[in-house]
Order: sequence, then C-alpha cells, then structure tokens
Amino acid sequence: MATSTPPPVSRPQSSGLRYNVSKFAEPLVLLAPSGLWLLLLLVAPTVLILELSLIPGFRLGQLAGGYGLGNYLQIFQAIYLPVIGRSLFFAFGAMCSSLILGFPVAYWIAVMAPARWRNLLLVAFVLPLWTSSLLRAYAWIAILRPSGVLNLLLGAIGLPGQDLLNRPPAVLIGMTYSFLPYMVLILYASLEKLDKRLLEASADLGATPQQTFWKVTVPQTMPGIAAACLLVFISSLGDFVVPELLGGAASMTVSRLIYNQFLGATLNWGFGSSLSMILILGVSVAIALLIKYGDRDGATLT
Amino acid sequence: MSQTVMQNRRSEIETQPDVELRKVFKVFNGETAVRGIDLDIRKGEFFSILGPSGCGKTTTLRLIAGFEEPTGGEVLICGQSMNGVPAHQRPVNTVFQSYALFGHLTVWDNVAFGLRLKKCSHADVQQRVSEALTLVKMDSLSRRFPAQLSGGQQQRVALARALINRPPVVLLDEPLGALDLKLRKEMQVELSNLHQKLGVTFVLVTHDQEEALSLSDRIAVMNGGRVEQIGTPSEIYESPLTPFVADFIGDTNLFQGKIDQSYSALLNVVTHKGLKISVCPQDSWNGSHGGDVVVSVRPEKIQLGSQTDGMTHAPKTRDPMNCYEGRLKHIMYLGTHVHYVVELLTGENLTVLQPNRPESRIDLYTPVQVYWSAADCLALTP
Repeated sequence: MATSTPPPVSRPQSSGLRYNVSKFAEPLVLLAPSGLWLLLLLVAPTVLILELSLIPGFRLGQLAGGYGLGNYLQIFQAIYLPVIGRSLFFAFGAMCSSLILGFPVAYWIAVMAPARWRNLLLVAFVLPLWTSSLLRAYAWIAILRPSGVLNLLLGAIGLPGQDLLNRPPAVLIGMTYSFLPYMVLILYASLEKLDKRLLEASADLGATPQQTFWKVTVPQTMPGIAAACLLVFISSLGDFVVPELLGGAASMTVSRLIYNQFLGATLNWGFGSSLSMILILGVSVAIALLIKYGDRDGATLT
Repeated sequence: MSQTVMQNRRSEIETQPDVELRKVFKVFNGETAVRGIDLDIRKGEFFSILGPSGCGKTTTLRLIAGFEEPTGGEVLICGQSMNGVPAHQRPVNTVFQSYALFGHLTVWDNVAFGLRLKKCSHADVQQRVSEALTLVKMDSLSRRFPAQLSGGQQQRVALARALINRPPVVLLDEPLGALDLKLRKEMQVELSNLHQKLGVTFVLVTHDQEEALSLSDRIAVMNGGRVEQIGTPSEIYESPLTPFVADFIGDTNLFQGKIDQSYSALLNVVTHKGLKISVCPQDSWNGSHGGDVVVSVRPEKIQLGSQTDGMTHAPKTRDPMNCYEGRLKHIMYLGTHVHYVVELLTGENLTVLQPNRPESRIDLYTPVQVYWSAADCLALTP
C-alpha cells in the first residue's frame, strides 16, 4: 500500500525527466522513417556520385586512378558546352511557353470560371499527369511524325507538311505538354488567393484592365509565378524521356549525356557523375534563390 | 465657431445633383438586391446610405462605382449617364470596407498609384502624394508596407489613395467598420473635417445609425432593397415616415392598433391589446378612421414616476397626456442614463430612458406610472 504511492518529492523530478526524454524522442520517432529513407536513397547515392565525379576517367570494371578534377574540366570541352547550352535552352523555352499558355488558363479558372466548375476544370487539366510520361511521348511521336496526325490535318486544309519529329521543336512541344499541368496548378493556387477587391480598387483608381493586370495581378501573384517557373525549369532540365524519344540525334541534352556515360557506349562513370553534380548544383542554386528572394511579401513581414 | 462654419457650408451646397439614381434595379441570380431606387445626391453633400446588413446599400454603392451594372434604371454622375461606363472611367473613387491596399507596394506607392496611371509628372506626383499623406497624418510612415500598419493607419492610407485623384465624388463602403470604438470616433471626426476641407461629395454606406446621424447632411434609410426615407438626420430621427425607420434609427416603442376616433388635431388609437393612446398626428398624416396605425414613442420622451408621486412631476402642457400604470420589470444602468422596462397593466412592455438622477431611482417590481404627451408620439402607416 505504502509502496504504491511514490514519495511526493520525487514526482516533479521524474516527470521532468520524462518530459526531457519525450522532447527528444518524439521528433526522432516522427522523423526517423523518412530520414532513414532519405539517408539511404538520397544522401548516400549523392555522396557516392560526388566521390565518383572526383576520380578522372572512372570506368566500371577498370582500375581506378587517384582523385582529381579531370571530370569537371572535361565538361568545359568544346563538344560538351553546346549540350549544356541546349539543355538550358530547352528548359527555358519549355518554362516560357508553359507560362504563356498556362497563365491565361489558370487566370480563367481561378477568376472568371463559375465557382462550381473550378474543381472539375482543374481535374481535367491535371488528368494527363496520371498517364505515364513514356506513353505521352509515344503519343506525340504519332502526332508529329512525317505521316502523323499533324501532317494529315495540315494536308487536309492545304498547308505544307512539317517535319518536326527528331528536331528541337518536338522537344519543346513535348516538354511544354508534360509540365503545363504543374504550371497551371501552381498558378491557379496563387491566383485563387488573389484578393479580387484589389482588382476593383485598381479599376476604381483609373487603371484599365491591362494596367490592372500588369500593375496588380502580376506583382501580387509573383511568388506563385516564380515557383511555377522554377518547377517547370528544373523538371525540364532533368527530363530524359522527351529529348530521348522526340529529340533525335540533334537534341543531345545533359540528361541524355549522363545516361550515355552510365548506360551507353562510353561507360565513363566518372564523367557522368561530374555532369550529375553540376546539374544538382545548378538546381540547388535556383531553389536557394527562390527561397531567398521569391516571396518578398513574406520576407518583409518578418 | 465650428457651428457657423457648418451652417455656411451647408448653405453653399448647390441644388444641382452630383449623383443621381433613376429607378435602379439590380438582380443577382434571380435575387433582387435593389428594387427601384431613386436618389439625388447633391454636390458637396455628406450623404449616407444607412440600413441593416443585406438591405442593398453596398450594392447601391457598387452600382455607383461601376463594379456592378444595373439590371434596370440609370445611374448618372455629374449629369452624365454611367450606363455601360466601366469603373476605371468613372469620376469617383472608393474607400473599401477591407481597405484593399496593394500589399506589394509601399504606403507612398499605394497613394501614388492613381496619379501614375494618369501620367502625372514626377514632381507633381511627389508634391501631391506628400500633401495627401500629410492630410491623413501618414507622412511619417510612407516607406512602410500595408502589412506593417495597424487597421486605423491602413484606413488613412486608403483615404489618401481615394482622395489623391481629386474626384468630385468619394464613395465610402463602411470604412470604419473594422476599427475599435475609440478609433472609430476619432476617424469620424477626421472624416468630417476632411469633408469640410475638401468640399467634395461623400457617399457613405454604413449600418451604424449613430455614425450616419453624426456625420451626414442627409441620410437615405434602406430596407429590403428599397429606400424607406431620405432626409436630414433630425428629420429621420424626429419624424420617421415608416415604422421601420422609427425602429431602426434610435430606440422606440411601437404599438400596433386601429384608429378609434379621429379629430382634426388628435387621434384616439386603441392598440390590439386594448391600450388607448392619444396622438397628435403630424401634418403629413393621412390615415382614416378605423384604419390600421402604428404609434411610435421614443423612450426618452416617456416620464416615469412611482405611484405615490402621481403626476406631480408631469409638465403642464395643453396637449393631452397619456398616462398608464405598470410595474417595473427590468433596470439597465447605462451610466449617464438608466434604461427601464415597464410592463403595463394591459401586458405591453415599454422601454423608458431617464437621465441618471439619484432622487429618481425606483426599485425593481414596484408599481409605477408612465406618462407622455400626445405631441410626443407619432402616428405611422404600417
């Protein structure tokens, strides 16, 4: 009986200890599964690639040499610079065209369409994301090839046929198609939050609809525009399927070059790793810039 | 002194209307928000549209601003028909209920927004923005962003932004609704000062009757999409035309009944519960014998005495007095005044407002007498 009730003095100490344990244990329990996952499948492989990239000319099954920066210097050779430039061009082009195509759509769904249709319209737009990207690329082959759907239609209305497949325009079309839903989704989220009374206030002060758009709508949704553009840019930069299937030999990109180093004829794992590291670095810098300067309202508030 | 300034200014108000509404209707998805409104808002006037929420007052303002197009009828500003004229081409500026300041711009740039659209010269913008900010006492915070300002400060910026284009008409959509009581009182005084200084037409939408009474030259009381009465604050308060206006503006006691006897200057009314009330009808009264009538008596016009006093305190007037016995049911202490609820013998409840004097204190549940002059009540058509 007497032992069942602990002495009152020790009580606060034990509960304090328990509190301290739970203070460390709870985050550990909550974060451990995903942390372990990231450690095994993201951090470890990245470190491995970093190591490989520092061994010049590392090839599978060959004796490895010492550490050096040879792989990184190789990137700046004249034959590889156009590949990097082309990758940036495709990513930038896909970003611009999906912004130009996506903004009016997102604006229409968020501001002008009847509220009860909004969710349905969004789902209709996101639907292509639920099919495999490989499948979508093959569909574009069927459309763009010389005897494809596009040229059938052009021929039917008396216009000259276009040979787009296996050339850069096909890559831009395919990338834009792939990443447009992301652009629309993020822009929609941003435009939907836009206070419509600000548009009225702008008109009230004498702004034409065009002036209101450039002076209020665009600045107010700039964080969303920046985030959407960055996402499309990064996704396009790393995309492999579209340039591989639609781009042909003239559309060599960094991702295809990396693929070739690991699984193609050259099997130069060291060079592939250095290219990968450069790609990861570029993307990281872009994200860091977005976090620092993207949401200026949030920054000024704090 | 300020009284004479007010008088002069009011006499200066021209009779030519600045804003006119002609039989304006507005229907939203089959629901009629505004049902045939006629308004003449005079140049330089402080005009209020007062009504409970959902009465169509904000819709009326939005029809003037151009954010909504009327389903029927016509809006005229400065004599020009505004049908089909978009908001950005109308010579009015609005102070929004939620301020609607541009969060991505500083206070300075918010105020300069309208001027920059008009392609004003840089020097002109500098001068007028700093003038406008000084006018609303916000010149020291011009580099801040709206999110860094308090509600009252945001309100001042919204005012400066609306005034900078020097519009002939300024529309104010419940501009003080979000402020606390003390700040609201301060801003009311400032609004009134600004209006006198600038001499432009102010159209204020509000549900706060005190605000409308204290600020306005004229008030339009709206209910259910219609204008019930237009008049000066004293007209609206002293001679309401409908039971709704009598009830909405200030407190009142309303008795529904029938006209029992009708003389040239006196009506005898019997309420549905059998109370007999003598009423001196206003000049505009045109009800007939046997017709339905609503009698309105303001709580402050009713005298209250304990039964032992009898009517000794009653003022001697030539108008007949209404005198009833009852029981004190509820006392609410308001500081300067005391609010009583008296249950009459016929079962009707009467609110009475008396100045707070120690000698006039009466205990709860004691029998009391209430009396008021026939000239102090109004006969209204239901």
